[in-house]
Amino acid sequence: MVFARLQAGLKRTRNRIQHAMRRLSGDRSTADTLDALEEVLYTADVGPISAELLTQAEAELKAGRLARPGEMEGWLRERLLQTIQGPDAGDPLPLAQQAPTVVLVVGVNGAGKTTSIAKLVKWLQDRKLQVLVAAADTYRAAAVEQLTIWCERLGADLIKSQHGADPAAVAHDGVEAALARGADVLVVDTAGRLHTQKNLMAELEKIARVLGRKLDGAPHHTLLVLDATTGQNAIQQARLFGQRVPLSGVILSKLDGTAKGGAVISVGREIGLPVSFVGLGESLDDFAVFQPAEFVDALFDPVDHATAP
Amino acid sequence: MLENLQKSLTTALERFRGPRALSEKEVQEGLRDVRRALLEADVHFQVAKQFTEGVRDKLLGGERLKGVSGSQQAVHAFHQELVALMHSDEPALPKNPGHPMVLLMAGLQGAGKTTTAAKLALWLRKRQNRKVLLAACDLQRPAAVDQLVTLGRQLEIDVHAETPGERGVDPVSVARRALAKAKDGHYDAVIIDSAGRLHIDEELMGEIQAVCGAVKPDATYLVLDSMTGQDAVESARSFSEHLDLHGVILTKIDGDARGGAALSVRQVTGKPLAFLGTGETPADLEEFQAERVASRILDMGDVVGLVEKAQEAVDEEAQVEDYMRLMQGRFTMEDLLSQFKMMRKMGSMKKLLGMLPGAGKMSGLLDQVDDREFSRVEAIILSMTPKERLHPELIDGSRRKRISRGAGVEVADVNRLYKSYQQMQKQMKSMGKMLTGGRSKKRMLKQLNQKGRLPGMPGFPGLS
Repeated sequence: MVFARLQAGLKRTRNRIQHAMRRLSGDRSTADTLDALEEVLYTADVGPISAELLTQAEAELKAGRLARPGEMEGWLRERLLQTIQGPDAGDPLPLAQQAPTVVLVVGVNGAGKTTSIAKLVKWLQDRKLQVLVAAADTYRAAAVEQLTIWCERLGADLIKSQHGADPAAVAHDGVEAALARGADVLVVDTAGRLHTQKNLMAELEKIARVLGRKLDGAPHHTLLVLDATTGQNAIQQARLFGQRVPLSGVILSKLDGTAKGGAVISVGREIGLPVSFVGLGESLDDFAVFQPAEFVDALFDPVDHATAP
Repeated sequence: MLENLQKSLTTALERFRGPRALSEKEVQEGLRDVRRALLEADVHFQVAKQFTEGVRDKLLGGERLKGVSGSQQAVHAFHQELVALMHSDEPALPKNPGHPMVLLMAGLQGAGKTTTAAKLALWLRKRQNRKVLLAACDLQRPAAVDQLVTLGRQLEIDVHAETPGERGVDPVSVARRALAKAKDGHYDAVIIDSAGRLHIDEELMGEIQAVCGAVKPDATYLVLDSMTGQDAVESARSFSEHLDLHGVILTKIDGDARGGAALSVRQVTGKPLAFLGTGETPADLEEFQAERVASRILDMGDVVGLVEKAQEAVDEEAQVEDYMRLMQGRFTMEDLLSQFKMMRKMGSMKKLLGMLPGAGKMSGLLDQVDDREFSRVEAIILSMTPKERLHPELIDGSRRKRISRGAGVEVADVNRLYKSYQQMQKQMKSMGKMLTGGRSKKRMLKQLNQKGRLPGMPGFPGLS
């Protein structure tokens, strides 16, 4: 199923990591073991908590608690599982008490927002929810056209304006239309913006504000789309976007390819932001609720031991 | 750009800054910090390892130079290694291109191929005065063709585009027809945008190989997102296995990227970095210079870049003319205005200040510099009469009130500007005595040509 595909995608990484893992479980000196562990952690883009894990591992090794080969792997998996965050109670997108539930989707340029939105809409439709989409990316050339094509394929209604229009106004119209048409969920697409661009970040704040003014509690969810190939910059993205809009979760996109998405571990740790969904391939069905245990297993387990849902 | 790497490296380098020589153990420990700093900046694991080993050999193996402090020697060793890591003799553009020159963009989805294709077209037109045709061969991503067409329209660059899904419209045919059109229309260069891919995707790899076979590009560039982690090197390697890459274009470098990819790609793939995408506007594309980036990473400041940028914006003769007058203390509001305009031309204040040596340490301060502040000052000066601008001493209370209304600001803002004007005038006067010391205008111009700069061009009080 989806996680079987995830495992296929992660295979390359895993091979590299397992190679280092084998070095880890061999009978070696503490220094060698720590070197191998350092390679495992950084190669997986796990990031800043690596230094901390290395210190802990060193203490465990010296105290003799991690003496036998193979113990390191289990210890590491356990530590990572403690750090990584999935959606609360397994429900990444609890609906608001009163429809529509408004979902704002944000992210840097090229993270895969528009494709992720198409997949999210499909996921919601599969749950028999009526979905309306608002095309508030009025900046990138042809962004609205791209979303229009997706919505036509999905049979979802789209609220749009012309290129260069005020995105907050599109968001506003989206809520109005969602109320009028009795939609269950309104998904708002936004232009990709680098988190360092202050004026564009302020614009995002305005979109959220307008949504909230139009409908109490909106946006109910704000999802940050993170490209799984992103390195440690992911933390900064989550931090700066989070300063402008209340983030509720991450959509980890492009987890196929050779991407590993290890950076979300540090995002969870440093920012406290859980991963809600993972996006895998080009097909609309390649989208699933994030499962921490499977994610860590996919990183470290051989394929036959995997527990695909 | 690269601030994060800069910060962490600077911290790691602190260890080497003492006046005395370092013991082997101290060097080892310092280098471990450096390695972690590199790894956390997304530098590839192997590259980080080799890099620190290279520096270690330089520091421990080489003899100690006389008259050079330990820190200077360490920084020098780091700088050398950084340059060695990134430098290549291969120029950004192919050496002996055909006519038209054919450039192909390849890369993962979302790396920024389409935007970069447009930026490169603009760069070729502006810097090399070439007539460029863009070819929209990404027929995969919905509306990718529309995006390129729109960008072309905005930049007034011709785009060859066909409707995806129609008969006979496939990437190879579109590329062929674009090339034919370029030949007929006497274009100097064709830039081909291709479909993004996840590089395990053999089908799309096959597609771009077919395009390559059909149009025989003079250079194929891999467009790479600078925020990519350890995977950057993997994808670069995989692309270079399938395609004959000329170089790499690193995008989104303004997104506080950690720059690890910049440091790793050439080492691992042997392919040089050719260009950097440095901002959101189409003009934000720079030729990659290893020396310059290495200096920036080590916070030595990009003085070359600063001077170049300033030269582009300023007419030299007029500059000397003004300079002489300013140095004699005849400094008017007009001068202030033209200085502001010049700075505008040079680009955003923040970018400019960011190039100054030591700017990395004051990045917090840079964030406070607001380009809008400059618009306000401009508005105030423009609300003055020409006479007031030349003789600011005329500006009394009632004139200030009028000016503030005209500019839509508070009187206090006008007062503040007036005060800093007075301050600057004073500063100019005293500097003028110090610097010109009776030198003639002719001599000043000569000096400018030789050194590319004037002695001690004054900055704005409170800003520099």
